[in-house]
Amino acid sequence: MSDILSTVQFDSEGFMTNAKAWTPEIGKAIAAREGMELTDRHWVVINYARSEFDSKGQPPTLRAITKNTDVGTKEIYALFPGGPAKMAAKVAGLGKPTGCI
Amino acid sequence: MANDEKQPRKLCLIASKGSLDMAYPPLILANSARMSGIEAHIFFTFWGLDLITKKKMNRLNVATVGNPSMHPWFHIPTWLGSIPGMSAAASWMMRKEIDKLDFPPVGEFIEMLMDAGTHLYGCKMSMDMMKLTKADLVDGAEVLGAMEFIEISEGAQIIFV
Repeated sequence: MSDILSTVQFDSEGFMTNAKAWTPEIGKAIAAREGMELTDRHWVVINYARSEFDSKGQPPTLRAITKNTDVGTKEIYALFPGGPAKMAAKVAGLGKPTGCI
Repeated sequence: MANDEKQPRKLCLIASKGSLDMAYPPLILANSARMSGIEAHIFFTFWGLDLITKKKMNRLNVATVGNPSMHPWFHIPTWLGSIPGMSAAASWMMRKEIDKLDFPPVGEFIEMLMDAGTHLYGCKMSMDMMKLTKADLVDGAEVLGAMEFIEISEGAQIIFV
């Protein structure tokens, strides 16, 4: 499990330093390290965050995720315990989120 | 990480203002805490109660009288602020700006905070004074005395707005 992560660079808080190096397999391994098993619903969030990052160069805010996917606020908090903004960005290989909403 | 192995962080906010501009700081801070996995509680007291009062939460206004910040932002000389309709116009402008930043209106923000697991309390004494009951508050908000809030805030970081 951790083999794949040994080739990936992280900052001191566990966020990938190079978002472009991310693959879905790395995402799964990061989730496992954080104690999460990814379901289809997690992937709705992750795929949206990745596609926003690819097109806009920065990760979406949590509000943008809940507004533009069918994953609502309650569900995203249940999917990513320990803070959905941070955890979703971590698993999606994006940097630490800075949005206020 | 600085806070590892310590008590989990906990944030308690006291919202005491009911104007549109001052409604947002406690809501944004509580939401930021929840997004980072930090427990959050908000105690709404005095005019802050308007933020969780069903009839008022979506009708908050900015004061144009006695608000020196209005001058540079909206270019409204203070003496003009007392003209009828000025506060409504300024509030309309501010709602537009808030929407541009993708912040929800107060009612929707409160709902989002509850979905995110934030605990909301109406101050019992202020409610008695304003003749409000639990039924006047948004569903899910609790009624609490100040002493009970002090108990809840044990070990928390407290911010007064």
